[in-house]
Amino acid sequence: MTQSNVGKAVEPLEGLDGVVGDWSSDQRVFKEIPWGKAMMWIFLLSDTFIFGIFLLSYMTVRMSTTVPWPYPSEIFALEIGHQPIPLVLIAIMTFILISSSGTMAMAVRFGYQRDRVKTAILILITAAFGASFVGMQVFEWTKLIVEEGVRPWSNPFGAAQFGSTFFMITGFHGFHVSVGVIFLVIIARKVWRGEFDNQEPGFFTSRKGSYETVEIMGLYWHFVDLVWVFIFAFFYLW
Amino acid sequence: MAKAESHAEGQQHPIGIYLKIWALLFVLSAFSYLVDFYHVEGYLRWFLILLFMVLKAGLIISVFMHMMWERLSLIYTIFLPPLLVMVFVLLMTYEANYIFATREVFFPTGP
Repeated sequence: MTQSNVGKAVEPLEGLDGVVGDWSSDQRVFKEIPWGKAMMWIFLLSDTFIFGIFLLSYMTVRMSTTVPWPYPSEIFALEIGHQPIPLVLIAIMTFILISSSGTMAMAVRFGYQRDRVKTAILILITAAFGASFVGMQVFEWTKLIVEEGVRPWSNPFGAAQFGSTFFMITGFHGFHVSVGVIFLVIIARKVWRGEFDNQEPGFFTSRKGSYETVEIMGLYWHFVDLVWVFIFAFFYLW
Repeated sequence: MAKAESHAEGQQHPIGIYLKIWALLFVLSAFSYLVDFYHVEGYLRWFLILLFMVLKAGLIISVFMHMMWERLSLIYTIFLPPLLVMVFVLLMTYEANYIFATREVFFPTGP
């Protein structure tokens, strides 16, 4: 008898050969991961383009204006004990979002270990961090709009484009955070009720519930944190 | 105890690595805040901002989003397309400089 591979699972190749092999396999490209996770990555790729192009338009208007650009360090300063501390609220928001990413990563890990209670609590902590981030953003926007008189078409500090790009970029990011908080609460409820342990079908897709959903949710949440890293660098610090 | 193997079921890694990356992200954020706090200016400022930004982004993607444990085909699919934005950045740099120069010529006192 000669050896045959019929009926045996083919081991996927590694390295660059693996990339070519995966893409030309006449099967699903993204092996070893659930398709929901692959599709979340594709969605995040498209979101990368959206935020990339927002930041690109911000770069373009900032480079092309002949009016001096407002100095973000002073605009976003807060007075604490009669002394203005530059960017302090933004720094706190950054630390809060990073912390929420940390708790989310741990939630994913406890989810795969079937630790229902710890996973749900960690997701809820993540949601609470996210909600407080949005709250601080609301505070920041209110201060800028009501007290400083910043508008999308003008502001008292300098180039008018400052307002339009600021509201567009941070607004779109805040919207992402808000949507994320809502979905975190929904997922936490599912984990808490044991819907992933019992493989109960989801109301939207009717797929069997699984802790993969927690990791997919985590990918979205980490992406929100990731976008903030770029906004913090380019908008607030540059 | 669950297996620590990356594809046992989904992504399972020791909790310590998340805590370490978390701490590292805090430190890097503090550094980038200090760049502004101490008014570092010019090319050094831009270099430091970009350096801390890239390090933070890399840590979040590779560890928190588990990208370093994924197959290469997923990594390439996600990382290569955004590089095209760099071409767009280059184009818009020329465009922005052109608009700036035109405004300087036609609105010498500012708009």
